[in-house]
Amino acid sequence: MYTRIILTLALAIPCLAIAGDDKSAEEIAKYREMVSDGNPAELDEMRGEELWKTAAGTKKASLEKCDLGKGAGVVKGVYAELPRYFADTKRVQDLESRLLTCMTTLQGIPEADITSKPFSTNNYKSDIEGLVAYVVGQSKGMKMAVSLKHPKEKEAYEIGKRIFFYRAGPYDFSCATCHSENGRRIRLQDLPNLTTNIGAQRAYTTWPAYRVSQGLFRSFQWRINDCFRQQRFPEPVFGSELTVALTLFLAANANDAVYDGPAIKR
Amino acid sequence: MGSPMKIRAAVKDGITEVKILMGHAMETGLRKDAAGALVPAWFITEVTAKHQGKVVLEAQFGTAVSKDPYLVFRFKGGAKGEKVSVSWLDNKGDTRSDEVEITEKV
Repeated sequence: MYTRIILTLALAIPCLAIAGDDKSAEEIAKYREMVSDGNPAELDEMRGEELWKTAAGTKKASLEKCDLGKGAGVVKGVYAELPRYFADTKRVQDLESRLLTCMTTLQGIPEADITSKPFSTNNYKSDIEGLVAYVVGQSKGMKMAVSLKHPKEKEAYEIGKRIFFYRAGPYDFSCATCHSENGRRIRLQDLPNLTTNIGAQRAYTTWPAYRVSQGLFRSFQWRINDCFRQQRFPEPVFGSELTVALTLFLAANANDAVYDGPAIKR
Repeated sequence: MGSPMKIRAAVKDGITEVKILMGHAMETGLRKDAAGALVPAWFITEVTAKHQGKVVLEAQFGTAVSKDPYLVFRFKGGAKGEKVSVSWLDNKGDTRSDEVEITEKV
């Protein structure tokens, strides 16, 4: 009985790999190209730019003094180098957790106001997601260059790697279960192999993105949240060390690729 | 006052291509929310595009048009620096107008 199961499995896996190479992937690529013109994420970028420049919070300040890693107020190219270590907060931060720092310290917006509803829904537009759209759009066409020089960045990379391979939950799942082999897919969606450079580059440089099926722009924190949900893991805390470490692991694996977000996805 | 549109207009060989991205919920009136109640219809009914004040496109939209509609059209004429304005009207009487200058297409 055991041998038979093993035999079936051994047969099934190459079949899946072959199925992933067929026409459907080509057709999906065609569809992606067709919808890439007129990406509604551009509307979020416009909204985010407005939010960035508008005074808000108890301190009536805009975010134009926010330091995203390249100096106060610099937005151009910052996303290609995030997450990174920030000396003022003494920790590694991704874009969202850094925006959170700026919004709470510069603008005086209570952290809970932002983290209680960080993701947009059909009737609610999240400010932080709009800001994310604007900031990432300003790195389009730039080369990913995430630093692993600082000891904290190295540490975050190792933590991120551990989370990626950490199996848990009722399904005994890890990120690696779906994302560490070539040619895997869910239904018709090809799954990137995030342990390889090419896989991580393709995936990371096209997030955040506008999701056509949801009609919403989605940030990277949302992406990780949803991966955790699909793994039946507990919901991670917004901007937490864990989510940042995992983001840094993926971002660093995508180094040298040209950033191409915000993209549009099915 | 709806949300801003993203409009691009570029001329090449005497033909101007206009790309419009409108931010609108485009609710059909058939969808139900989480509580099971119908979400009221709310959609763009009319779109008008003008070149230097002259109408170059009129369109009637309905519920079959997607959320955040994207519309591309071309018209004869147009020169760099001239203005293209687009406005829409929805079934709640809300409108939005935006204007851009025509650029040269590379």
